[in-house]
Amino acid sequence: MFRRTEPTDCTIRWEGRDIPARAGESLAVALLAAGVAAFRQTPVTGAERGPLCLMGACFDCLVELDGQQNVQACLAPVRPGMVAAMQRGARHFDLAEDAA
Amino acid sequence: MTQVDILVLGAGPAGMAAATEARARGFSVLVLDENARPGGQVHRAVEQREAKDGQDRDGAKLAAAFRACGADYRPNATLWAVEPEGKVFWSEGGAARSARARRLILCAGATERPVPIPGWTLPGVMTVGAAQIALKTAGLLPEGKAWIAGQGPLLWLYANQVVAKGGRVEGIVDLSPPGGLARAAWHLPNALRAPEYLVKGLAWQQRIRNAGIPIRRATRLVAEGDGRLERIVIDGWSRSAELLLLHDGVVPNTQVTRAIPGCAHDWDAAQRCWKPRLDDWGNTTVEGVMVAGDSGGIGGARVAALAGRLAAIEAARALGKLTADQRNAEAGRIRLEWKRQRAPRRFLDALFPPLPEAAIADSTIVCRCEEVTAGKLRGAVALGCLGANQTKAFTRAGMGPCQGRICGPAVHGVIATARGVDPATVDPFRTRFPTKPLTLGELAALAAE
Repeated sequence: MFRRTEPTDCTIRWEGRDIPARAGESLAVALLAAGVAAFRQTPVTGAERGPLCLMGACFDCLVELDGQQNVQACLAPVRPGMVAAMQRGARHFDLAEDAA
Repeated sequence: MTQVDILVLGAGPAGMAAATEARARGFSVLVLDENARPGGQVHRAVEQREAKDGQDRDGAKLAAAFRACGADYRPNATLWAVEPEGKVFWSEGGAARSARARRLILCAGATERPVPIPGWTLPGVMTVGAAQIALKTAGLLPEGKAWIAGQGPLLWLYANQVVAKGGRVEGIVDLSPPGGLARAAWHLPNALRAPEYLVKGLAWQQRIRNAGIPIRRATRLVAEGDGRLERIVIDGWSRSAELLLLHDGVVPNTQVTRAIPGCAHDWDAAQRCWKPRLDDWGNTTVEGVMVAGDSGGIGGARVAALAGRLAAIEAARALGKLTADQRNAEAGRIRLEWKRQRAPRRFLDALFPPLPEAAIADSTIVCRCEEVTAGKLRGAVALGCLGANQTKAFTRAGMGPCQGRICGPAVHGVIATARGVDPATVDPFRTRFPTKPLTLGELAALAAE
């Protein structure tokens, strides 16, 4: 899909695996560079989606980032070691988490 | 609540220029911008990159002046409400903040017009603008079976940037309606007042041909794949594809101005978009609220920077630092250049009229968030739906998290063509504050402010 022309300097976790990235670039760009096409599953039909606009408008790059849901990956700067996963459907409440 | 003289929304060319000009006139200035660094979309990451062309040099100059101007600059800040008397609310670092400003200069820029072809929701289909952001901010080049399709200056610019950096695409699918030059010829003499735009455009196309990248004219493009993009079908001719970049020009980002009560917007028949009603200085129909740059009508980066300066000079008059005569005198040369830089616009508008909404197939998704097809929108029209706002109740189009940012122009166009009426008579989506999703946690921070 894409290839990098500049070096990476850290790794981040995506869906349980390590992905090379560069601190400060957007999470969305780091994922695209690693060949990740699908970032979320829609709440309506569960279809997989990836980023369309990369500028904060389309909301198709929503992910779960360090435990926070519905984060726009294109507006989230990479920090070494950050942990991200697909946003699956609408934002949901975890009862166990609420009780804690 | 912070008090400032002038609040500028956006740190693209218009916002940077407006803030710098306002600071030079002694005003306190607060600048909110959603991105991490100044530049907006056109000058994305301009401080990190080596300047490659005149546009980069313009951007670097603007950014350096902006950094030095002494404005209170808040990157990673998302505005979500504007209330009467200059009250503005935004989120920053997970907390809501507010300020009161005597003047607002909104420089929200543009968004790409949607290109709703069958399969455009598949992962692997993105916009040309998105790919350009990936290139500018992280040096990403398209790889493998990558295609570019659509029309407009940005498409050719991006293709050139890819080639210049040693990248390649499989081909460019030119979807521009035939007869562009004949339509645009009428506007050519005026466009030649700023010939650099046309010279650049012709050179871009030539360089793509020289690089041996096939350019194919087509009228119908389909993206296909099981869960992600696997191939594209160009007028019935199937090709494998893993990346498809779409573009059909840009439209003003009016998400904030449309939500401000009393802020009038008009239909621009030439650019086929809505834009706020502005006077020559950028004043909207709401006292104290101004707009500069592409969010007031597409003119490009140079026009935007000049408009930002004009707006700041007018704000200086409104706030009592200049008389009207002094304002006019100081704006004189900026105004002349602003007019010259705008001269090619009608030519470009005629050369690249947006792709016709009537051609969107019934089964194609238009509203991506709520997965509403063109057929559903047309069905709503058959039931008596008159405009975009009623479609929300009929179909939920425009009611997802993007709040109609992406689909707005297409929903509006599909309804107008289905009804067979002038688009100017069909209402666009009314936007509401908060114009970006906001968590209760963020909102609660206001209590502690």
